[in-house]
Amino acid sequence: MSLLEVRNLRKAYGALKVTDDLDLTVEEGEIHAIIGPNGAGKSTLIAQLSGESLSDGGSVRFADAEMMGMAMHRRVRAGISRSFQITSILPGFTALENVATAVQARTGSSFRFFSPVDQENRLNDQALEALDRVGIADRAFFRAGSLSHGEKRQLELAIALATRPRLLLLDEPLAGTSGQEAERLVEVMHSLRGQVTLVLIEHDMAAVFSLADRVSVLVYGQIIATGPPDIIRADPKVRQAYLGEESAGAGDVAD
Amino acid sequence: MRIIPTRAWAATALFTAFAILPFLADALDDSYLVVIATRIIAYAIAALALDLILGYGGLVSFGHAAYLGIGAYSVAILSRAGITDLGLHLAAAIAGAAIFATITGAISLRTKGIYFIMITLAFAQMGYFFFVSLSAYGGDDGVTLAQRSTLFGQPVLESDRALYYTAFALLLGLYLLAVAITRSRFGRVLTGTRENPVRMRAIGFSPFRYQLTAFVISGCMAAVAGVMLANQTNYVSPAFMDWHRSGELVVMVVFGGVGNLLGAVAGATVALLLEEWLSILTEHWPLLFGVILVMVVLYSRDGLSGLFRRRT
Amino acid sequence: MTNLFLLQLLNGMQFGILLFLIAAGLTLVFGIMDFVNLAHGVIYMVGAYLAVTFSQVTGSYGLGLLLTLPATLMVGLVLEILVFRKLYDRPHLDQVLATFGLVMIISEAVEMIWGSAPLSVEIPQFLSGSVPLIGPLRYPVFRLVVIGAGLLTALGLWLVITRTRIGMRLRAGAANRNMIAALGVDIRSLFTIIFAFGAMLAGFAGAMVAPILTVDPGMGESVLILAFVVIVIGGIGSVKGAFAAAILVGLVDTLGRSFGPILLRAIMDPSAASQAGRVLAPMLVYILMAIILALRPAGLFGAKS
Ligand SMILES: Nc1ncnc2c1ncn2[C@@H]1O[C@H](COP(=O)(O)OP(=O)(O)O)[C@@H](O)[C@H]1O
Ligand SMILES: [Mg+2]
Repeated sequence: MSLLEVRNLRKAYGALKVTDDLDLTVEEGEIHAIIGPNGAGKSTLIAQLSGESLSDGGSVRFADAEMMGMAMHRRVRAGISRSFQITSILPGFTALENVATAVQARTGSSFRFFSPVDQENRLNDQALEALDRVGIADRAFFRAGSLSHGEKRQLELAIALATRPRLLLLDEPLAGTSGQEAERLVEVMHSLRGQVTLVLIEHDMAAVFSLADRVSVLVYGQIIATGPPDIIRADPKVRQAYLGEESAGAGDVAD
Repeated sequence: MRIIPTRAWAATALFTAFAILPFLADALDDSYLVVIATRIIAYAIAALALDLILGYGGLVSFGHAAYLGIGAYSVAILSRAGITDLGLHLAAAIAGAAIFATITGAISLRTKGIYFIMITLAFAQMGYFFFVSLSAYGGDDGVTLAQRSTLFGQPVLESDRALYYTAFALLLGLYLLAVAITRSRFGRVLTGTRENPVRMRAIGFSPFRYQLTAFVISGCMAAVAGVMLANQTNYVSPAFMDWHRSGELVVMVVFGGVGNLLGAVAGATVALLLEEWLSILTEHWPLLFGVILVMVVLYSRDGLSGLFRRRT
Repeated sequence: MTNLFLLQLLNGMQFGILLFLIAAGLTLVFGIMDFVNLAHGVIYMVGAYLAVTFSQVTGSYGLGLLLTLPATLMVGLVLEILVFRKLYDRPHLDQVLATFGLVMIISEAVEMIWGSAPLSVEIPQFLSGSVPLIGPLRYPVFRLVVIGAGLLTALGLWLVITRTRIGMRLRAGAANRNMIAALGVDIRSLFTIIFAFGAMLAGFAGAMVAPILTVDPGMGESVLILAFVVIVIGGIGSVKGAFAAAILVGLVDTLGRSFGPILLRAIMDPSAASQAGRVLAPMLVYILMAIILALRPAGLFGAKS
């Protein structure tokens, strides 16, 4: 049984079929990259998998349980966590508080009114660990809103990690990071191999082909190919649809 | 969290001032001072309650006067039934507020932004009309209370000073409670939801339950203020829940600085003193108050709320 | 009984139309500018007072009404330029506070100018009679005129919104605020126009009811909050929703007050019924709002959630 099985997933915005009868299987432990041109529907797919937006139909099975219709916060508890393409953090909180809040969500009740949360060392320690892992432990006590763009991307990953997911959906984690920050993030993702199943949306092809066990190509809401990186790289259909081989004009993909 | 020491100092100063005020009134031989100060404290409790959801939860309730009314009518109704104990008055007020807040909050919190503002306003108006049509309690005109609430069967609160210190003790207790709540796990979820609700969902929280709980806590606290206000005025009427009153509570919170609790206490003090002072100047004081309010909002860069929101 | 019902039906219609005139401007302002304007009710009140004064000065209610329209348009214009314009990008909290301040200022100014005693204006001679409905039942002509004028205004508004360029932009903007900029519309002047126009509609409503209601400093307040209820029920930004909701609220409120106690008598003894009816009737529209919101948080015709 695969960890994630998506079948016949459909979503449309008006006449635009953003997710068009999409099938996708993600195996436990793999790093599964999803590539595709802008507007292909990658973020919308992540939004549906994470429960942020509703699908029009289809099924999403995760660890043998149907996720369809389940609210985002429940899916997080079930083990699906995500990062956002457009950084989504708690800007008024410190970096540490951002991550500690994520730890808090999975450890004990939050209907506790009297003891100060900033003195809960269990939360702070785990939060600091996550910050350290993504390389911004030195920013722990800075307001998250005041971090640089790259640092915010790192924080975004730390928050997602702190929820201890089984399946982590990363939406363009490297977008807008500097070379050094990107390197660090790729390193972190490498280190996650075997611990967390990753679905990675990324435009940085070097990163994708170095990280991914399998790659799926999403075009116009459909997965047109799935396979190991080398096969995908060589697939003429993929080259035409995505990797920018304009020359392939004739009808070899007209199916 | 780094501003806490400053706030602790300011709080100590402000509450000490409140504590010694009756002696000052003695020295000045001005007993009216204690009466005004009791009123200020009652409103400070209500403003504190509002700040908890407005400042920390980002929920702009424009109907918090409803809870003042619920508190005040608890006193009137129980007293009429021969129950005069303050503890029971408070318990009834809190229970009534909890019910009202749970029902209206559950509906209002399904919406956001402008909707939330208007719906809380509308529900408060519903409460207003409920008491207007309650002819047994004077309808529009309200009722005069025969006596103040009693403590352990004794009419000790008939003394203005005793009433003042009771109100003061409640304010102090509720202030400390509110500070604790905002620094707790619960407070962090509430604040986080104000900061970014989608992010909170994406780490596994369902904001609604926390917001509703905060809304109910806030309503209960404001009802306590209503109990004290009724005792201070010896008179209860639907005017307690007039929407202007709700507006004034928001003004107090904003005057003092949104989202730091002590500001709400200070804001209530400033707003009521300003009202007192303006009403000495002219009978048309609301006009001046309105002008000040508009000017403050327009010409403080970013608006007051923005000004104060930048701190953590 | 049926006669009474018909009578109250008409009264409810008339009240609903009135609410619509007030809510129409508000809902556009809410939908397009995402702006909370608590001062809309006082403009309705100002309209009523101006109508009284203009009628006295000119000696004719009709002329008074006609003069009130440009006057309240000006009031809206001035307020937009002096205050509202500066608040569009501000948090809702600031908007609430500033417009609350305006309510205090305008209410007090009205009291200073016109005093706090209720005023009234004569119904013009040729509209002062009543017409037979069925049997012995008659209905005041003037109230029918109010209903007719309101319906005509609604019709006109509907034509403007569905048939003209500016209306298309309004609808696009109310449905999706970002659209306005994309359409290349001068937002600033569009906002000003909407505000002034909304103020004029509210003033029109005030002027029309001046002869049948007492004109007093409190008249704007309860109506404002009912207009909020209308907008919330109808769905923010939807003029069609505002119309449906206004009629609904007008009918529920009016019929509830007169028939609530009668209906309750079926299930409880008469004195308890009239007591309960009196308590419940004014709360009815709010309960209606609560139910609709519980079922449809974005209102009947609201697109956004
Ligand atoms: N809320 C929305 N309403 C309408 N269209 C949308 C919405 N969100 C996304 N889209 C459209 O869906 C398509 C896919 O968007 P997205 O999933 O963000 O693409 P990707 O992440 O692959 O770049 C785009 O054409 C986008 O314009
Ligand atoms: Mg995307």
